[in-house]
Amino acid sequence: MEFLQLIIGGLANGCIYGLVALGFVMIYKASEGVNFAQGDMMMLGAFVALGIGNTDQMGLPFGIAVILAMAIMFAVGWGVERVVVRQIFGQPQFALVILTIAMGFVFRFVAGSIWGYTPLVLETPFAGQNFRGGGLVVGLADLVTIGVTLALTLALWAFFAFTKIGLAAQAASQNQMAAYIVGVPVMRINSLIWGLSGAVATVAGVLYATKGAIDPNIGLLGIKAFAAAVIGGMGSLPGALLGGLIIGVIEPVAGRYAPGELAKMSPYIIMLVVLVLRPGGLFSQIQMKKV
Amino acid sequence: MRYVFKTTYDRDIDLHQHGWSRAKVAVLAGLMIVLPFLVGEYYLAEATNTLIWALAGMGLMIAVGHTGQVSLGHAAFLAIGAYANSALMNVGVPFLISFPLAGLITGLFGAVIAIPAVRMSGIYLAIATLAVFVIVEEMVILLEPITGGVGGIMAPSIQFFGISFDRYGALENFYWLCLAIVILVTWGYANLMRSPTGRSFLAVRDSEVSARALGINVTRTKSLAFGLSTGVTGLAGALMGHYIGFYNYELFSIFISINLLLVVTIGGLGFIQGAFLGAILITAVPQVIAILRDGLNANFGINLGSIPGLDTMIFAAILILFIIFEPAGLYGRWLKIRTWFDIFPLARRDMFRRQKSYLKTERMK
Amino acid sequence: MSLLEVNDLAVHFGGVKAVDGMSFSVEPGEVFAIIGPNGAGKSTIFNLISRIYEPTRGTIRFDGKDLTAQKSHDIARLGIARTFQNIELFDHSTVLANLLMGQHTHRSTNFVQDILFLGKVRRAEREHRHRVEEVIEFLELEAYRNKMIAGLPYGVRKVVEIGRALALGPKLILLDEPASGLSVEETQDVAFWIEDMRRDMGLTVLMVEHDMSLVNQVSDRVLAVANGRPLAMGTPQEVQADPHVQAAYLGTPEEDAA
Ligand SMILES: Nc1ncnc2c1ncn2[C@@H]1O[C@H](COP(=O)(O)OP(=O)(O)O)[C@@H](O)[C@H]1O
Ligand SMILES: [Mg+2]
Repeated sequence: MEFLQLIIGGLANGCIYGLVALGFVMIYKASEGVNFAQGDMMMLGAFVALGIGNTDQMGLPFGIAVILAMAIMFAVGWGVERVVVRQIFGQPQFALVILTIAMGFVFRFVAGSIWGYTPLVLETPFAGQNFRGGGLVVGLADLVTIGVTLALTLALWAFFAFTKIGLAAQAASQNQMAAYIVGVPVMRINSLIWGLSGAVATVAGVLYATKGAIDPNIGLLGIKAFAAAVIGGMGSLPGALLGGLIIGVIEPVAGRYAPGELAKMSPYIIMLVVLVLRPGGLFSQIQMKKV
Repeated sequence: MRYVFKTTYDRDIDLHQHGWSRAKVAVLAGLMIVLPFLVGEYYLAEATNTLIWALAGMGLMIAVGHTGQVSLGHAAFLAIGAYANSALMNVGVPFLISFPLAGLITGLFGAVIAIPAVRMSGIYLAIATLAVFVIVEEMVILLEPITGGVGGIMAPSIQFFGISFDRYGALENFYWLCLAIVILVTWGYANLMRSPTGRSFLAVRDSEVSARALGINVTRTKSLAFGLSTGVTGLAGALMGHYIGFYNYELFSIFISINLLLVVTIGGLGFIQGAFLGAILITAVPQVIAILRDGLNANFGINLGSIPGLDTMIFAAILILFIIFEPAGLYGRWLKIRTWFDIFPLARRDMFRRQKSYLKTERMK
Repeated sequence: MSLLEVNDLAVHFGGVKAVDGMSFSVEPGEVFAIIGPNGAGKSTIFNLISRIYEPTRGTIRFDGKDLTAQKSHDIARLGIARTFQNIELFDHSTVLANLLMGQHTHRSTNFVQDILFLGKVRRAEREHRHRVEEVIEFLELEAYRNKMIAGLPYGVRKVVEIGRALALGPKLILLDEPASGLSVEETQDVAFWIEDMRRDMGLTVLMVEHDMSLVNQVSDRVLAVANGRPLAMGTPQEVQADPHVQAAYLGTPEEDAA
């Protein structure tokens, strides 16, 4: 029973890792770039929702706060692509790595300057509501997290698999030059995807905040989400979710049966094992370069 | 414009192509040697810090700048170097042996973890090094007998030939020790880059298929480069431990990894000189900020001290501006300025225009 | 004995049979050309010889050795050098450095000796340089010696890549479309160099080429391929006269086959 309890909590955590990982994967799918600031975008999204929703701040209703926060973070993501990322179009991939790491610091500074560095609690309607049954206690927040994550993954997957823009985005990632020539609006699609990933990050941040206090450093969770994305195979949305769930579940289980440090290492050990056995992740997409 | 008339191939093989450049390096080295007589304790300590960062930067430069392997986890190798050195010294191994040994241990560790890691392409390697970093950090906490766990340890005092090189007791000596090490490593690094090994690094960086077709064992070359990179970083870690004196795992945080990346990128990827320029920048900027902050406070009553995280924010902004406007880094910029003067007034505006290349897909690696 | 023997070679990518049932052999000292329409599998044959691709089936023997048992980085040491269809040079190095990288199989020092730059390293460097200068002279690259690859015109880069392959000192050189994108004069230079390679350097040349005038001028034998399979083999004239080849490849009469 206790084990099952661990698993449920782990799945809910894993959903949040998975959601942040989805953000990485979306951008990776569209531009083969990796946004190391995804975790910090999640953090910023949570704070924006808090700033709009909490009673001692703007005090708007929770639902409106979340939607507004998503809209604002969409604009932030879109703006980051327009103003900064676009400037280095065509530079080697790691330029974006360094650029987004720096962006992460900027986000952290902004959040810290506005909301301070002491942990704050986002007011949500789900706080403290639990379902009991058969010896299990399941938080409403956990159920909402799992539900929202599944719905969002499905929606994004459908977006990339069926919509014209989604398909064009993927085509663009295969060969930006070729896509550009055949008239795919590569730039515009990239901005859109960055905006979307900002909105998804906000959802992740709000769900994260339903489970505890937030401070500007929670973005470091992004590192774990990376492990999730890599385990799944950088280009796969369901893979990202699966990777997130694996990590989410492993952590509490390892924490229960092994020393704390080992539990903290466990996501990364799994990731390294996956990388060694399947260098492209579980849903590998790596092929040979043609010469 | 300076013409170099080559009489033999040796001219090209030599480290310096003309006496002028040799003289410049000699003057610089001379200045560094007499520095303790020119500046006070505080700035000498800062200069020592800069040297240690330059050493660590050279370590990372081998991987990132010269072999194209991005590492986000080099702080882990600083840690391994620091703890290995102090552990060896604590069991009685003299510094002159423990120090190179610490580099060797770190280098071997790096080379071994590189063997699976180098099969991965760019982004995966970066993330794998991040994972290695977290694992090493937790290991440091776990291995309490060696590392002092969360509490930390005291770096043993350095002494050989009856002379103290203690950072607090004899700062000048410690400075000279660091300087000697940095000069030696720089010399070795420069040698490497003018020999077949260095060329094989560059080959692997620029085109793996070609490198293979020329008979270069890419996996071995990359692990060798990563091993050398981590080894040099380990040496820097050992010195950093002595420089800080009392430290725990927090000294080697993820932010140190990022700062190191900043050193090599802003300094100029692919240039040994870049590691030095980057190190100067990263150690000088906090000083400049502090001075500005005090000045603003005293003269205008603006108190910037109340804004936490401003330093990191400024670093981040500098980094973003460099990536966007001068990806070749400080040294690249300097080369352009020098060329501009060399050929003055013949420079054309479009001469230094960056070539736009389009992202090639990594999935087709 | 043939220098290179390809027997029933095949590689499939998913459903695509890029090369299928390919057999031919190249004699020492000959210039052997492979022709065929785009996507016929010509570059793939090279990539199989270079061991970049793992064959699905078949054997490749070079100098009596089974290449399929070798690693891709061991091919150069056996004496095979190559160029790539879409130039794969080391863009951020000079022409000289690129050519020196071609000397890798001749290195005699290890990394510790390199770091210390012992006298042995210096002597080896002089020798590498000496050999590379011969290549520079042969291909008339003197003017570009210290130029970065990234800034060079396409035609020059193409020549540097040939130079890098020659610097290896191979027995067999594989040239993938050496004349594509070159002007008529540049193509003529390539033709002379190929003849010199064979005559003066004793090299065997295996090349893929679309320019039929170049093929006619330099090659002893021609293999036409289509859809990954061999179509016809013989002298350039015989192959061009072959009805299968005309159907598959020279179907359009205005081709520069004349
Ligand atoms: N790595 C690869 N993966 C998938 N298909 C490939 C790969 N390499 C070659 N092909 C396919 O094999 C066929 C032959 O290609 P290639 O050898 O490059 O032709 P060419 O004769 O023009 O040089 C083409 O259909 C190409 O798409
Ligand atoms: Mg081809």
